[in-house]
Amino acid sequence: MIPATFEYVRAASVEEAVRALASAGEDAKVLAGGQSLMPLLRLRLAYPDALVDLDRVAELREIREDGDHLVIGSMATHHQVMRDPLVRRHAPLIAQATATVADPAVRHRGTFGGSLAHADPAGDLPAVALALDAVFLVRSRRGEREIPAADFFVDWMTTAMEPDEIMTGVRVPRLGEGWGFHYEKFHRTAQAWAIVGVACAVRRERGAIEDVRVALTNMGPTPVRATAVERFAGGRSVSDDMFRAASERAAEGTGAPTDLHGSGEYREHLAKVLTARALRAAAAT
Amino acid sequence: MSEISPEGLAEQAERAPRSEPDPGREVGQPRRRSEDARLVSGRTRWTDNLNPAGTLHVAFLRSPHAHARITRVDVEAARRVPGVVAAFGGADLAEEQGSLPCAWTVTEDMKVPAHPPLAVTEARYVGEPVACVVARHRYAAVDALEEIDVDYEPLPAVVHMEEALREGGPLVHQELETNQAYRWVFENGDLDAAFRDAPVLLERRYVQQRLIPTAMEPRAVLCEPDGDDFTLYSATQIPHILRLMLATVTQIPEHRIRVVAPDVGGGFGSKLQVYGEEVLCLLLARRLGRPVKWTESRSEGNMATHHGRDQIQRLTLAAERDGRVRGVKVDLLADMGAYLMLVTPGIPLLGAFMFNGIYKMDAYSFTCTGVFTTKTPTDAYRGAGRPEATFAIERLMDELAAELGLDPIEVRRRNWIGHGEFPYETVAGLTYDSGNYEAATDRALALFEYDKLRAEQADRRERRDVVQLGIGVSTYTEMCGLAPSRVLGSLAYGAGGWEHASVRILPSGKIEVVTGSSAHGQGHETAWAQIAADRLGVPFEDVKVLHGDTAVAPKGMDTYGSRSLAVGGIALYQACDRVVDKARRVAAHLMEASEQDLEFSGGRFAVRGAAAEGPSIQEVALAAFAAHDLPDGVEPSLDADATFDPGNFSFPHGTHLCAVEVDTETGRTRIRSYVAVDDVGHVVNPLIVEGQVHGGLAQGIAQALYEEAVYDADGNLTTTTMADYLVPSAADLPEFVTDRTETPATSNPLGVKGVGEAGTIASTPAVVNAIVDALRHHGVTDVPMPCTPERVWRALREAFREDPDPNPSAAPGAGGGLGSAGGAR
Repeated sequence: MIPATFEYVRAASVEEAVRALASAGEDAKVLAGGQSLMPLLRLRLAYPDALVDLDRVAELREIREDGDHLVIGSMATHHQVMRDPLVRRHAPLIAQATATVADPAVRHRGTFGGSLAHADPAGDLPAVALALDAVFLVRSRRGEREIPAADFFVDWMTTAMEPDEIMTGVRVPRLGEGWGFHYEKFHRTAQAWAIVGVACAVRRERGAIEDVRVALTNMGPTPVRATAVERFAGGRSVSDDMFRAASERAAEGTGAPTDLHGSGEYREHLAKVLTARALRAAAAT
Repeated sequence: MSEISPEGLAEQAERAPRSEPDPGREVGQPRRRSEDARLVSGRTRWTDNLNPAGTLHVAFLRSPHAHARITRVDVEAARRVPGVVAAFGGADLAEEQGSLPCAWTVTEDMKVPAHPPLAVTEARYVGEPVACVVARHRYAAVDALEEIDVDYEPLPAVVHMEEALREGGPLVHQELETNQAYRWVFENGDLDAAFRDAPVLLERRYVQQRLIPTAMEPRAVLCEPDGDDFTLYSATQIPHILRLMLATVTQIPEHRIRVVAPDVGGGFGSKLQVYGEEVLCLLLARRLGRPVKWTESRSEGNMATHHGRDQIQRLTLAAERDGRVRGVKVDLLADMGAYLMLVTPGIPLLGAFMFNGIYKMDAYSFTCTGVFTTKTPTDAYRGAGRPEATFAIERLMDELAAELGLDPIEVRRRNWIGHGEFPYETVAGLTYDSGNYEAATDRALALFEYDKLRAEQADRRERRDVVQLGIGVSTYTEMCGLAPSRVLGSLAYGAGGWEHASVRILPSGKIEVVTGSSAHGQGHETAWAQIAADRLGVPFEDVKVLHGDTAVAPKGMDTYGSRSLAVGGIALYQACDRVVDKARRVAAHLMEASEQDLEFSGGRFAVRGAAAEGPSIQEVALAAFAAHDLPDGVEPSLDADATFDPGNFSFPHGTHLCAVEVDTETGRTRIRSYVAVDDVGHVVNPLIVEGQVHGGLAQGIAQALYEEAVYDADGNLTTTTMADYLVPSAADLPEFVTDRTETPATSNPLGVKGVGEAGTIASTPAVVNAIVDALRHHGVTDVPMPCTPERVWRALREAFREDPDPNPSAAPGAGGGLGSAGGAR
């Protein structure tokens, strides 16, 4: 299909992009790789007046250390993220989940920030960002601000960003010694979206779970933290039975959708099975 | 029997002759396909790549309703969009657009509704074209669609076949007064006797879901007017049939229409069709006097390119306690969709002769009811009728094994036609000319390590492993090489099944082969050159294959039904022999020898027993071209034609074995290993055969696990994109182990059989049988296709509900310890 007519601005810097976005008005969209947005345009499911393309804004592709954190530039491609030594060392959950995104062609064009700003609850990275308590760095002509992941995902494909704001990067904690990670993705074909995904990070100490974060992909209009699982597992001794008991709570507080690939009921069942598997795998790393 | 591995093939391909072929040895070589570089790179003549000066672009507005009366179409605003040249509703073209053809009147009382290319008064499926815009750019045409105003009065959708047949329900075509298109019956043997007091009676209901063919190249049409003449380029499988049908529909004389199928990127049956968009591009080019082009988008294609399968099968099988089958009764509902297109009603009937499979039985009955629904019309899709039949009988054989506690291979052995029994007339009235089911099965069992996998299966059951192993068997045959014209006539098909070839030796000695079989990815340019090189004793590189243009290859019946080699290849073989026969006369004259004393070998004539070499066929051809010294009564040139009408179908067969691992917690199926041993007779190019088998397996596995066209209750297609209609990629498929046995067909001089559909036909039941086998000890007897994780999980949950304590130590095999769970119902 062919998209409807739109204005196109190719920004060379964040400044320029922010200016362009502000003057383009409410119905402008940011183009950040286009692997989700372009299909929507081509199917005429979205009719933006203007696209502000960040592809040439080199400064947004940077991945750097920042004290106890990493800052991943919003325009870093998936391919770049999953191979980046800093990400692999300090945030392996991101590298692992990113490697499951779509296919190599998409991973070479699609971007980390683009996926997160798109806020598709079936995307893999929103749940990962939520599990890691990431912080989103956004900028507009009005200045810069930070949005914690817990506040960022507002509704289905809706974030707390204002229409004139551009995501410049994502700050994630460097989780070191004692942490184990796993992203458990369940999908029907390699290129398909997750029916359910579970992002999991655990810190073990002397055979017990000291800290645990679990977030679910595609179990509601936004990524969801499985807080009941976290509460149950926190402080308990590591065992298969404990993980199973904890994961029985995985669907609590979720609103799993029913679609062609799975019913809500099935998703709730999967969330439990996959959470148990993710916990086991994370605790074993 | 030959051993083939992918590595071996690649090696052979490396070694394959390039410039120095071994004359007489081309057939059998795994040559790399000479057409692939241009096809794979796309630097070629795809229809959409053609852009004659001044080309206008068409876009179609399609019905958003499954069923609605069209009360008004207003295209005025669309006409005012900059760049737009014209816009039409159905009523604007009603006088000239005719009705799309159905070439297969399967019964005398078959109901054939009118099918205007642009709907005029009523739309009957989502995606049916209702208006069109012609513009200077594709962008403008698509934009202008949004300016067209159509008033619809929604009518009730008819989505399910069983409901469609209920008295008094809503009708798809009011004027037909029924949703039943036809009812077709075939019976042989005494079914009552076979079923009376049968020790085993199995009744099953299987659903063949609706599939979307998804060729890699979407449809595209370009029509170029030239005075009173028209050249229509189309991504079609059937340039010859299309030409005739366009003439019939539009009343433009056939000799004024030239149809070109340039390079075509796959079809799988979906381009064996005469589409409204083809007719409309022709009519618009005539009206506007300029080239007119349309290229389908993927989501448009999912709605408006014909669909495949969609059957409800009610099956009964009667057998003895020892597993011998007495008879099979088949009652089908076949979804036609909203209209009867080119061969829509005949597709399920291509399965009518295949529900008995490779087995001997006394009685058989087949009834098929064609049903109209407000959905996209169905028609040919890879296998066309035979996959449905093969699925049914191969699923039933596994069910029978389970019922009797026998190994599924053993049940088949007790029923199949023995190697020594060919030719064999089946209960469905076909004569299988040859086959060796024992050899293919033995080879498959060995490659699969059947006994080892059965042992592992038992072990996993014993351990109550979360991941259970299942083994699925499919010992298939199929009828292809469509088709003996006489048989087609007896089935009331609208044309014959012959194929044509001509061979021209140019003055320089190079060869042009013209074939009426229109390749769309099958590799004819390579395989045909191999055959001609062998028969004529010339280098492979000296042969050029021409096809897919009614001006260049005027005679042909095109490509479908695995017919190209088994019919078209034989026409080529015969044309080559005619060239050699004539060359022999000329050579004898030139050599001052008697024809009877000449032998022809390696492309040269020689007097038998004499040391001196005579002229090559290319030298003889030059002499025949110059015509300075020809025998009296011999016309210049060696060129020859041949038309081959097969005396019988070809019957490839084989044994496919599939091992799956089923995660009983999530329901996910993973194919652990897949062995396909196919017998396609003699092989011209093993690399091409291997490719056909791989692609076929992928498509058959896709039906078992992934693909389904889904309609909601209102008749909306919900799988319009490839995010919703899941076509597996290489990443989702296992590494296939393939091998072949070679039992030559006796129905043609090359001993070849069709291979294009075999993999698809065989693989679907192998996979589903494996899934059921993995779960049968839990009480699961079926999983509807596609066997999605959720459906597998639900089947398990249902079974657990019925029998919460399954016997984990059940013996392995499909029959293991199931009691009546899989038994007669």
